Formats: sequence, C-alpha cells, structure tokens
Amino acid sequence: MEFGLSTEQQLIVDTVRSFVENEMYPHEAEIERTGQVPLELGLEIRDKCRDLGFYAANMPEAVGGGGLNHLDFTLLERELGRPSMALSVFFGRPSGILLACEGEQRERYLLPAVRGERFDALAMTEPDAGSDVRGMKCYAKQDGGDWIINGSKHFISHADIADFVIVFVATGEEQTAQGKKKLITCFLVDRDTAGFEIRKGYQSVSHRGYHNCILNFDNCRVPAAQILGEVHQGFDMANKWLYGTRLTVAAFCVGRARRVFELALPYAAERKQFGQAIGRFQGVSFKLADMITEIDAADYLTLAAAWKMDQGLDADREIASAKLYATEMLARVTDQALQIFGGMGLMSDLPLERFWRDARVERIWDGTSEIQRHIISRHLLRPLGC
Amino acid sequence: MKILVAIKRVLDYSVKVRVKTDHSDVDLANAKMSMNPFCEIAVEEAVRLKEAGVASEIIVVSIGSKAVQETIRSAMAMGADRGIWIDSGEAALSPLTIAQLLAKVVQAEQPSVVLLGKQAIDSDDNQTGQMLAALCDYPQATFASKVTIADSKATVVREVDGGLQTLQLALPLVVTTDLRLNEPRYVKLPDIMKAKKKPLDTQTPESLGVSLNNSVKMIKVEPPSERKAGIMVPDVDALINSLKNQAKVL
Ligand SMILES: Cc1cc2nc3c(=O)[nH]c(=O)nc-3n(C[C@H](O)[C@H](O)[C@H](O)COP(=O)(O)OP(=O)(O)OC[C@H]3O[C@@H](n4cnc5c(N)ncnc54)[C@H](O)[C@@H]3O)c2cc1C
Ligand SMILES: Cc1cc2nc3c(=O)[nH]c(=O)nc-3n(C[C@H](O)[C@H](O)[C@H](O)COP(=O)(O)OP(=O)(O)OC[C@H]3O[C@@H](n4cnc5c(N)ncnc54)[C@H](O)[C@@H]3O)c2cc1C
Repeated sequence: MEFGLSTEQQLIVDTVRSFVENEMYPHEAEIERTGQVPLELGLEIRDKCRDLGFYAANMPEAVGGGGLNHLDFTLLERELGRPSMALSVFFGRPSGILLACEGEQRERYLLPAVRGERFDALAMTEPDAGSDVRGMKCYAKQDGGDWIINGSKHFISHADIADFVIVFVATGEEQTAQGKKKLITCFLVDRDTAGFEIRKGYQSVSHRGYHNCILNFDNCRVPAAQILGEVHQGFDMANKWLYGTRLTVAAFCVGRARRVFELALPYAAERKQFGQAIGRFQGVSFKLADMITEIDAADYLTLAAAWKMDQGLDADREIASAKLYATEMLARVTDQALQIFGGMGLMSDLPLERFWRDARVERIWDGTSEIQRHIISRHLLRPLGC
Repeated sequence: MKILVAIKRVLDYSVKVRVKTDHSDVDLANAKMSMNPFCEIAVEEAVRLKEAGVASEIIVVSIGSKAVQETIRSAMAMGADRGIWIDSGEAALSPLTIAQLLAKVVQAEQPSVVLLGKQAIDSDDNQTGQMLAALCDYPQATFASKVTIADSKATVVREVDGGLQTLQLALPLVVTTDLRLNEPRYVKLPDIMKAKKKPLDTQTPESLGVSLNNSVKMIKVEPPSERKAGIMVPDVDALINSLKNQAKVL
C-alpha cells in the first residue's frame, strides 16, 4: 500500500494549487459582493486551463481530455475545492456521461465540451421530484422521428452559462416489484431550441455567483438523434455515470476544509485572550485536534473510493460513505473554524462566514445525507434479504 | 546550443521556518519542499531561450539526496530535456563543494550557457554561480534581469545598487538570475506526464572525482528575534517626536 503522492501527482496538485491561488483567489471577494462572475473572467480562466491541458482533465485522452484516472482526478478536485465554485466551474470538467455520445453526437456535444467550446449542465431534479428521481413528471412523447418534451426542472446548476443541457425525462412506465416506475430517457437539448427556456433560479445561501436555474419545456421538439444512450435507459445511465460525480463532492469538501483549517490554525496560535494565545486553551486546541482528524479521515475515505474505481471494482457504497462523511465533516469544520475566530468569524470581512454558508449545500445536492445513508445501509442489508 | 541549469531543492517559500530544539539546523521534518524560486526562474529562462530557437537542449542538474529527483522532474515538466542527479546523500555541502561538482558537469557537458539562481532561499549564500564561473574560467553575469543571446554573444542586464548595468559577454558563460528576469509558467498537464519519460542520469561525487571535504561548518541556528509590535501615533508631530526621542533615528 502506498500513501504518498507520486512525483506526477505532486506536480498536478502543486500546479492546480498555485493556479487557484493566483488566478482565482484574487477575484473571490468581488464575486461575493456582486454575486456574479463577469463572463470575460470566466472565459479567461477557461482559456488558461485549456492552454495548460488541464481542461477536461477527467476525460480520456482519446477524446482530447487530460486522461486522468479517478484517483488523480480526485486529487485535482480536492484542490478545486479551495476556490470559489463560481470560478472553479470554468476550470472545465464536462459531465462524464457525455462519453455515451455516439456518431454525430460526438462532434456536436462531446468534443466541443472537451475542447471548452460548449458548456454543459445536467438536469434531473424537478419541484416534485428531488431524491425520488423516478417520480419525475417532465415527459417526452414520440412524434414521428422526433420527441416532444413538456415539463420543468429546477435547481439546475450553471445552466445560465450552459450551451446545452443533458436532461432526463420520463418516456414511459414499467411494472416493478415496488409498483409502477417511470422509464427515463436522457436527451441532449441545445440552449436555443424552440420551446426550451432557461430561467433564473433561486437565490441560494451557498456558493454566491454559482447560479441554479429553472428549465421550462413547452412542446419542445427534439429529434431522436439527440437521445443520449438508448430510449428508456436513462436511469441506468445516470447510475452508471453519475456515482462518480458524488465523489467529486467529497473531494471538494476535503480541499475546502483544508483551506479553512489553514486559516483557523495560525489564528489560534496568534490571537491572544487572557494573556495568552487562545490555542493554549483546550477549548480551542481540542477543536483543532478534532478538525484535522476528521479532515484526514474524509480524505482517506475519498481517495480509497477513487482507488477502488480505478481498479474497476464496485465502489458505490464507498462513494456514498465518502460523500456522506466529507460533507458532514465540512459542516463541522467550517462551524468550528468560525467559532475559533469569535465574532470576527461571522463578518464578511473574513471568508469564514462564506465557507460556513457554502458548506450547507454539500449535504443536499448530489444526493442528500439521508439518501447516502440509505444507499450505504441497503448495500449492507440487501444481501441478508432484509 | 546547450544550456545547463543548476537547481536546488529547498524548504517551500510559504512554509514558516522552525529551528530544531537543539539549534543544530532548521527543522525539515514533514515540511513542504520545492524548487528554489530563483532556480525556477533559471529553468524558465532556459525554456524561453529554447522556445525562441536559441537553445537546442536544456540539461538540469541537482545535488542532494534521492528526493531531489522530484525537483528535477518538475524542471522537466517545465521543459528541460534531461537531468543529472548528483547523489550526495544527506551531507551538508558548502557553496564551494557544489561549485566543484557543477564544474565537473560543465566540463563533461560543455554547455554554452550555465544558468543558476542568484541564491537559494534557504542558506542565502549567493556564492555558487560566482565560484563556478571562477572554477570554469567563464565570464559571469550575476543578478540578471534580462538575457539576450545572439551572434555567439550574451547581453545581460544586471540589477545592481542604484540601477541597471548592461554587460556584453562571450559564450560560454555563467548567468545567475534575479527575481524580475521572468515569471515562471504553470506546468502543463501533458508535460507533467511526459516528464517521467525523460532521461535522468545519476552521478556521485566519487564518479565525478570530487571529495566532499566541507570547508564550512554550521555551528548554531537561531530564529530571528521576534519583532515588537508597532505603536500608533496620532499625528505627524507625534511621529517626528517618537522617531527623534524613542527610536533615535532622526
Ligand atoms: C444549489 C443546488 C444546485 C443543484 N444542482 C442540481 C443540478 O445541477 N442538477 C440536478 O438535477 N439537480 C440539482 N440539484 C438538486 C439536488 O440534487 C436536490 O436538491 C437533492 O437531490 C434533494 O432533492 P430535494 O431538494 O427535492 O429534496 P427532497 O427530495 O424533497 O428531500 C427533502 C428531505 O427529505 C429527505 N428524504 C427524501 N427521501 C428520503 C428517504 N427515502 N429517506 C430518508 N429521507 C428522505 C431528504 O434527505 C431531505 O432531507 C441542486 C440543488 C441545489 C440546492
Ligand atoms: C454581531 C455581534 C454583535 C456584538 N455586539 C456587541 C455589543 O453590543 N457590545 C459589546 O461589548 N460586544 C459585542 N459583541 C462582541 C461579542 O461579545 C464578542 O464577539 C464575544 O465576546 C467573543 O469575543 P471575540 O469575538 O473577541 O472572540 P475571542 O474572545 O477572541 O474568542 C476567540 C475564540 O477563543 C475562544 N476562547 C477565548 N478565551 C477562551 C478560554 N479562556 N477558554 C477557551 N476558549 C476561549 C472563544 O470561545 C472563541 O472561540 C458583538 C459581537 C457580534 C458578533
């Protein structure tokens, strides 16, 4: 077993770290203030990442990506947990599900996404179907060689900057052991398609400047050639490709937690009250001890799950454990760090309150903590017939 | 045209330096190590000279324990073509010994330009480049802030007290880099992957015929004394008053 980084891994980590520190950190305060990333800035970040060959690092070299395996990509994602998500989105990690593109879909969607020419967003959630994805109401009906989509999606991240959306839509029903379930199909829908509208979403407490959107489909006609994968196979496709993105949430949390910890530790050593550094009081020093222990634990869970994926082993349970633990760890670590800063921790003059707010969404998106616990427990109990 | 770049692995500039409790040295246990920033500038300059078509090959050399191989690989990711690791183990080496080892490499490789950082941020000696030039009997231009090579001549702008000095020197020569020479690039992902496959040759002080009889002995390391907190003064009069009477600098 090898716990250290290889020279290449260390270089990847160091490069991404210095990139986010130099190219992203200086813009964070302004984005917090305005809630908006100027598009020129976003595109400048994208262009630099492209020049460095880091754009689409998650995609195979055969399609023009960086060709990182899951473990190396997780190390990269960990570094991208440090800066504002509104900026790091331009670092470019197209959805892996685009690898299911076939024929002319590759030229229209996959390759431009890898080259950074077209941004993608991914839409499953609806007002009445969140955790229960298969409860979705958005549906498509076949009409000759086309499909006509109706319904709406909400909470769709960065659809405001997306050129096309990967959208999951009900196309039928089947009888299962648990009763009737929707059959789902995945479509690629271009931004300017007639009958498709991307609207501003809600104001979120987390990740200012990284917007969620509402999608409306009103008799939106899409040719069958824009179906990703097979008709009715969307749910299986989502399971196959999207488990991995959960692990990026865990990696994000580990990187973010380390940045927060790096602020809290020296502050505890320098801030004096009662004639000595507050780090001399166990009330503060034991917080630091717990924080670093939890960060390391989340880190190893995350890297071990990535390693398992690279071995081609089933890692769904481990990914769920990593996502669950890392997101909950980040909530505790940001809260404790803010506490160590006392009253100043709450003030927007320092980034602590922002990290604390940002952390909240991690336990909700890409499957809530409850859903992760459900996945983990079913993995344990199902084999026992329970 | 060949360029030889000497690089040193040092404590990362961002690390807060701690002294060992027995004051024998700086504590490097678990500390992040990186390429000396001035050496990074030297590698960058070599890569730019190659990109400009002036140089055809860049060789990096580093002296130290096995870990310096990592530093050599990062120079390769920046664009160096091959590396030489001089395995000197954990021994502490003085600038003269380093210069003697490098002089042997210069002899073997016959580069037209030898680039070094003007100093390393750990020991801050600022001697190796100068000593190397003397040992090789090469002209030297230290503290370079601009390097131009054309018609078998080098024109180097140096940062000196009170301004900039421009020198014209014959090749081969030794150049040491100052901070403003260039801004090192981010390495590219494909170049990181390629670095692994570039040739890395191992030498030892014995194979180069240099004995490590160190002329410098480190006796004691102490942290700098802590600075006292400053004071706030209400106005210019109070400032002048305290500069005169308390600080006694006026
Ligand atoms: C900022 C933001 C961005 C998002 N971006 C995207 C995106 O880009 N694309 C996309 O498709 N979606 C996106 N989402 C949606 C996200 O994945 C959902 O919010 C999430 O899956 C939860 O769904 P819900 O909000 O409808 O909550 P609900 O599913 O209604 O859950 C409400 C509560 O009930 C609990 N619960 C539900 N079912 C169970 C159960 N079986 N057992 C125990 N507890 C249960 C949940 O854990 C939660 O606590 C985003 C959400 C947010 C907040
Ligand atoms: C919104 C807001 C409004 C406020 N309004 C007022 C007001 O109207 N009037 C007023 O006078 N003040 C006010 N305060 C100040 C407030 O009472 C202080 O913020 C609070 O007492 C903590 O002090 P501090 O922020 O300097 O943190 P510090 O005292 O520096 O504490 C930093 C951290 O060290 C810990 N710590 C400190 N000493 C010990 C110890 N001995 N053992 C263990 N842990 C220790 C603390 O618990 C904390 O986690 C306000 C603060 C805020 C945020």
